[in-house]
Amino acid sequence: MSLEKQVVGEVVLEVHNLSASYNRKPVLWDIDFQLTAGQLVGIVGPNGSGKTTLLRNIMGLMEADSGYVRLFGKGLNEVRDRVSYVPQRESVDWDFPVSVREVVEMGRYRPKNLLRRLKTSDQDLVDQALEKVGMLEYAARQIGQLSGGQQQRVFLARALAQDADLYLMDEPFVGVDAATEDAILKVLTELKEDGKTVVIVHHDLQTAFQYFDSMVLLNTRLVAVGPKNSVFTKENLQEAYGGRLTVLSKLSQVIASSEFPVREKGFKEKTGKGDPQDG
Amino acid sequence: MDNWWIYDTSLWLVAGGTMLLSITAALVGGFTFLQKRSLVGDAVAHSILPGVAIAFLISGQKDPLWLMLGALISGWLSLAVMDYLNKHTKLSEDTAIASVLSVFFGVGILLLTYIQKKASGEQSGLEGFLFGQAAAMRLNDLYTYCALALLLISITIVFFKEFKLLSFNPEFAQSLGLPVGILRVLLNSMMVLAIALGIQAVGVVLMAALLITPSAAARNLSNGLKGMLWVSVIVAGFSALVGTLISFSAPSMPTGPWVVVCLSAIALLSLFLAPQKGLVARLMMQKRHQKKITDENLLKAIYHLGEKENSFAAWFHVEEITGIRDFETDVLKSALKRLIRKGLLLRQGHSFQFSRAGLDEARRIVRLHRLWEMYLNKRLRLKADHIHPNAESMEHIISPEIEAQLLEELDYPERDPHQSPIPYKP
Repeated sequence: MSLEKQVVGEVVLEVHNLSASYNRKPVLWDIDFQLTAGQLVGIVGPNGSGKTTLLRNIMGLMEADSGYVRLFGKGLNEVRDRVSYVPQRESVDWDFPVSVREVVEMGRYRPKNLLRRLKTSDQDLVDQALEKVGMLEYAARQIGQLSGGQQQRVFLARALAQDADLYLMDEPFVGVDAATEDAILKVLTELKEDGKTVVIVHHDLQTAFQYFDSMVLLNTRLVAVGPKNSVFTKENLQEAYGGRLTVLSKLSQVIASSEFPVREKGFKEKTGKGDPQDG
Repeated sequence: MDNWWIYDTSLWLVAGGTMLLSITAALVGGFTFLQKRSLVGDAVAHSILPGVAIAFLISGQKDPLWLMLGALISGWLSLAVMDYLNKHTKLSEDTAIASVLSVFFGVGILLLTYIQKKASGEQSGLEGFLFGQAAAMRLNDLYTYCALALLLISITIVFFKEFKLLSFNPEFAQSLGLPVGILRVLLNSMMVLAIALGIQAVGVVLMAALLITPSAAARNLSNGLKGMLWVSVIVAGFSALVGTLISFSAPSMPTGPWVVVCLSAIALLSLFLAPQKGLVARLMMQKRHQKKITDENLLKAIYHLGEKENSFAAWFHVEEITGIRDFETDVLKSALKRLIRKGLLLRQGHSFQFSRAGLDEARRIVRLHRLWEMYLNKRLRLKADHIHPNAESMEHIISPEIEAQLLEELDYPERDPHQSPIPYKP
């Protein structure tokens, strides 16, 4: 979509001193970080740590108490076309009478084409997105007839159809089968290789370390942000997860002894310190 | 018999108009139904009454535009109050809905009684608002209502794509930057208006049925939104026609109850008779599965006999078969008949023999049984004397794909945990 060239290292997301609450109960305290382009970023933290709230705030789906969010150095409304949001699978009614294709078509809806039918070029993008996640043959199915993993892939296809530069996904790996996990990871890797940025809310630490390049570690406040190795230290994890530590200290030992393949590709600048650059 | 009414043009105009109003309610109600706001729709329908009554008091006549305006205002007010109670009090949603419904409706009845007692009230025809009275409708009013109905239908067609997304996943719509707030106000206003129009046909009390029941009936019959809406529109139109004709043929018969009786009958039929999703279809499927299980058990019993006699080509008497496994006489008779018809068994007097296809099929069932026992024993570490009952049911369910997976995972075992050979295709 965008004609501007994606520069690896460009700041795509800046969250500035963001605080938010549900029913006056604070869920996020002064969250402040920046993310640069071309990486897979995991937002991790214990249950109720505000991961989903952070994502909803970035997407303007709820009011912040203070602070602001900038995307590509601009306000959300100026860059909507470049941002794609994948809500949690459980957030919709899968008995709804629509087909797989109709759901993916929704990724092509725009304020511009309000009241208008989708164009052939839109339909072509929908086909390609369905093919990428391996769901083209199921295009005519009603969404309730799919397995959980297939439903998640439909949501992913809808995001791909948006053809964005920044993808924000809420728990896309929850309740999916191995085939879907592979399919999602493959798509995510391709997106990254195209210089796009994917930010994923994820609750499982073990797989988070395998999937992502960078992490935002959250527990109501920001515990740590940066390349995964610098975030996943014993101290940080203890801070984020508080009391339940026996498993975690084991896990951070495993990580420290580098049993996992550690890669750091296309990541030159430490986030949080550089100034936002113009794209 | 007195057939004057068939030739009465004004009757057919009123019938057509009532159908149009009902169709509009069903169409807009489809989105209410899918947003799971049926109760809200019911509350709004009851809450419209005070608005209508006040509009009548102010304008002093039953002018359709005034009545619609009053309905719109009090319908919206009820929505706003429900929303406020939800957000700012600790009342649960159903409590908020129920209180709004009863308070507004109570006030409405109060006002209606007051109007009835006034001199002008007798000609008002407002009592038709409770249960609907198509026969009492004036043609001029009907034209205005129908124009509004057509407007609602066209808006639904124009905004179809957006309403679909808004009902399915409003947060995603918002993330796309669509004007969700405006669309929601539009859809809510359409619901209020559609209810106000539908009330002309069926009355306040039964309005929710007209809004929701057509969709409930249609959902069983279609997996797509367009299909569902088409079916619900047809159901609503037909019911409205029936209701109107009955209310015309019997003097002072209210329209609403007949429309709703007809609607409910269709909804019940759809609940029972819908292909695939209907209760009857599901019962029939259970029946089919039961037969399949009996047939397979019978083949298995004969196979066990063959194993005992060391010959699968032998003829076995019925009594030998029942000696292996108990079958009820009727069940056994019909199962044997089915197997012969399918060409899986051959008969001679009271003795039976496998055909080639029958032996293959019997092998398959025994193989699945023993493979599954193997799996339970190896993978789930269940003891050999605990696994038989489970395998008895699983053998009928395991699909060819699962069988292939089992074979691969167990590496084509030769004997099951009880040391019986696992039969493969020769």
